Amino acid sequence: MKTVLIYGATSAIAQATAVNFALDKWKLLLVAKNENKLNDLANDLKTRYSADVSTFYFDAIDDATYQKSFDEALANAGAIDAVLIAHGTLPDQEKIASNLDAINREIVANGVSVVNLATIAANYFEPLGKGMIAVISSVAGDRGRQSNYIYGAAKGFVSTYFQGLRNRMFHKGVSVLTIKPGFVDTPMTSHVPKNFLFASYPAVGKKIFEAMKAGKSGVIYVPGFWRLIMCIVKSVPESLFMKLKM
Amino acid sequence: METTLSFGNYPKQSNQNLIKYFWYNDLQNIGEIKGDILPYGLGKSYGDSCLIDGGTLLDISGINKFINYDEETGILTCYAGATLADCIDFLLPRGRFLPVTPGTKYVTLGGAIANDVHGKNHHKAGTFGCHVTELELLRSDGTLLQCSKTINSELFAATIGGLGLTGIITKVSFQTVECPGPIIESESIKFRTFEEFFDITQNSENYNYTVAWVDTSVPGRGLYNRGNFAPKSRQKPYKSTNGKMLPFPLNMELINPLTVKAFNTLYYNKQLSRIKKADVSFEPFFYPLDAVDGWNKAYGKKGFVQYQFVIPFDNYINVLKEIFNLITRSKLSSFLTVLKTFGNIKSPGMMSFPREGVTLAIDFKMIGDALLKILDESDNIVNSVGGVVYPCKDARMSPENFKAFYPQWTDFAKYIDPKFSSSFWKRVTKE
Ligand SMILES: Cc1cc2nc3c(=O)[nH]c(=O)nc-3n(C[C@H](O)[C@H](O)[C@H](O)COP(=O)(O)OP(=O)(O)OC[C@H]3O[C@@H](n4cnc5c(N)ncnc54)[C@H](O)[C@@H]3O)c2cc1C
Ligand SMILES: NC(=O)c1ccc[n+]([C@@H]2O[C@H](COP(=O)([O-])OP(=O)(O)OC[C@H]3O[C@@H](n4cnc5c(N)ncnc54)[C@H](OP(=O)(O)O)[C@@H]3O)[C@@H](O)[C@H]2O)c1
Repeated sequence: MKTVLIYGATSAIAQATAVNFALDKWKLLLVAKNENKLNDLANDLKTRYSADVSTFYFDAIDDATYQKSFDEALANAGAIDAVLIAHGTLPDQEKIASNLDAINREIVANGVSVVNLATIAANYFEPLGKGMIAVISSVAGDRGRQSNYIYGAAKGFVSTYFQGLRNRMFHKGVSVLTIKPGFVDTPMTSHVPKNFLFASYPAVGKKIFEAMKAGKSGVIYVPGFWRLIMCIVKSVPESLFMKLKM
Repeated sequence: METTLSFGNYPKQSNQNLIKYFWYNDLQNIGEIKGDILPYGLGKSYGDSCLIDGGTLLDISGINKFINYDEETGILTCYAGATLADCIDFLLPRGRFLPVTPGTKYVTLGGAIANDVHGKNHHKAGTFGCHVTELELLRSDGTLLQCSKTINSELFAATIGGLGLTGIITKVSFQTVECPGPIIESESIKFRTFEEFFDITQNSENYNYTVAWVDTSVPGRGLYNRGNFAPKSRQKPYKSTNGKMLPFPLNMELINPLTVKAFNTLYYNKQLSRIKKADVSFEPFFYPLDAVDGWNKAYGKKGFVQYQFVIPFDNYINVLKEIFNLITRSKLSSFLTVLKTFGNIKSPGMMSFPREGVTLAIDFKMIGDALLKILDESDNIVNSVGGVVYPCKDARMSPENFKAFYPQWTDFAKYIDPKFSSSFWKRVTKE
C-alpha cells in the first residue's frame, strides 16, 4: 500500500484529491489546522471509501509544527511515497496592503511554511532516491497584479523555489510537481461571482491525483487552458501592464 | 439584486442575504446573525418556503460529509447537507437504496426532512420522515438536541415537515432498504379516463412504485407508470451520474400554450401500444427531470408555480373533474401534471402534507392574477372535501386556506425557533 501525506487536507481541492487517492487504495496521512474539520473529513473518507486515514495537526503560521507533524505522520505510517502541500489563504488585498503584520502572516502562510515543508519532505526523499513532492501554487504567482500581489508574491516564491528544487531533485530520482490552478469554485472563492473560467474542485482534484500518481515532474496548469492565458498575461510588456487595472 | 433562489423563480425576493457554510464547526454562532434566518438546501422547493425576505438564508448544502454507516442495521448517518444523489452513490454499490425518494435526487437530507417529502412508493413506505431514526437539531441559542421518536419526540415530530422553522437539522440518521441493483422493471399503461386510472390503481397492489402523468389538454387521459426493482438476474452494474446533467441550452421562454399542447399530445402518443414493459435504469424512472439542469428557465422571467394537493378517496373522481373543468375553462395549460395515490402510512411529522388519498401536481406558468384567482377557487374545492395543499410547492395560498388545511399550525408554532422564519410562514400566518 502506498502512502500520501497531505498538508492543508481540509482544503476543498485537497479533499477532492484525497478522495481519488482513497479510491486508489492509498493510505492517507492528513494534516490540517482545525481538528474538528479534520475529524469530519477523516470520518467521511472512512465511511464512504473505507479509507485508511490518520490525522495530524499543524498550523502554517507556527513553525514549531512543521517538522513535528511530518515526524508524527512518518512514525505512524513507517514510510511515505508522496507529499502534497495544499493549504493557503486568499487575503483581501486592499485590507492588508499597508499592514506589515498582516502581510508577513500571509507570506508565511502561503510561502514560507510551504517552502519549509517542501524542504522537510526533500530531506526525507533525497536519501531514498525516490518520492514525489507536489504543491498547489497558483496562476496568481505568474505575474503580480494590484488586486492580489501579496498572495501572488507568496505563490511566486513557492513556484520559483519548486523550480529550483525540481532541478536539484531531478538528479536524485524524486519527482517535484508544481500545480497551478486557475479559478476554482471553493470556500476560498465563495465570495467571488462565478463565471465560465471557474473549474470545479472535484475536477481539479482528479487532475492533481493523476499527475501525482503518474510521478510527473514539472508544472501543470489546471485546467490546461490557463497555460495559454498566463503565457499571454506574462508577455504583456511591463510598461503597458503597470497601467492596466487588474 | 433580485434573487431567484427557489425552483419556480416565483416570487422574487430582493432583500435577502445568503451565507454559505462548509463545515459543521462553523455553525456555532448563528444566533448572532442579525434578523430572521432560515436554513437553505438546494432550493428545490418551488415557492417561497425556502426564502426569507428581509432575512438571511443559511446555505448548509456544503456541510455534506458522511458520518457513519452501520452495516448491520443499514442505518446511514450524514450531515444534513448531503444530497440524496450522494447517498445513492454510496448505497447502490452496497445493495441498498433510499427508503423514499422524491422526483429529483438533487435535494439535501435536511430539505427532504423539512418538507417530509414523498415518492412513488408512498402507498408502501410513507414519507421520508417515516424512516428517519434520529436527527440533531441546532437551535439559535446554540443548543444541540438529539431528536427521535423517543427522545425530544415532540420536537422531532415538529421538525419533520417543519419547513425549516424549528432549527437547523445538522445530522440525520435514516434507515436504508435492500436493493438488488439499479434496474427497474417498469410498465407504462395508457388510460383515457379517470375511471380507468382508478381501475389500474386498484390493480397495482403488487407494484412498489406508481405514478401517473396526465394530459391536461384532454383531461382524464394519461400514462400510468409502475414498477419494482428487477430481480438480481436482470440487474446491471451501477454507474453514477451524480452531477452529470446537460445544461439547459437556452435562456428563453419556451413554455407557452402551444408548446404545452404539442408536448402533451406527443408524449401521450409516443407510446403506441396500451401497455409497454421495459427494464429501465432507476434514474429515468425516478428522476426524468434531472436529465437537464435548469429546465425551469423555460418558463421565462416571471417563473411558474406548481400546485399540488391531496384529496380523500371518497368521490375523488368527481372532485378531480371539477378542478380540471375549472382549469380548462380558464384556458390554463400545464406542461407537466402528475397524479398519484397516497397510502395510509402515517408520518411522525406534525405538519406533513401527505395523507391517504389522491394527489395531483400541476405546473402553471406565472401569468398573474388570472392564475392566482383560479388557484384560490381550487383551494376552496380542496378545502371543502377535506384535502390539503403542499406548502413546499406553494407561493400563493391564502392565510385563511392555510389555517384551514393545517389547523395544527398553532400547536406547531410553539416549536418554531424564535430567530427562524420564512417568507412562506409570514405570508400564511398573516392575521
Ligand atoms: C424536479 C423536482 C421534483 C420533485 N419531486 C418531489 C416529489 O416527488 N415529492 C416531494 O415531496 N417533493 C418533490 N420535490 C420538492 C423537493 O423534494 C423539496 O422541495 C425538497 O424539500 C427540496 O430540498 P432542498 O434540499 O432543495 O431544500 P430547499 O428547497 O432549499 O429547502 C426546503 C425546506 O427545507 C428547509 N431546510 C433545508 N435544509 C434544512 C436543514 N438542514 N435543517 C432544517 N431545515 C432545512 C428549508 O428551510 C426549506 O423550508 C421536487 C422538486 C423538484 C425540483
Ligand atoms: N480556489 C482557487 O481559485 C485557487 C486557485 C489557485 C490556487 N488555489 C490554491 O489551492 C489551495 C487550496 O485552496 P482551496 O481553493 O481548496 O481553498 P480552501 O478550501 O479555502 O482551503 C484552504 C485551506 O488552507 C487551510 N489553511 C489556511 N490557513 C492555514 C494555516 N495557518 N495553517 C494550516 N492550514 C491553513 C485552511 O484550513 P482551515 O479551514 O482550518 O483554516 C483550508 O483547509 C490553496 O493553496 C490555494 O491557494 C486555489
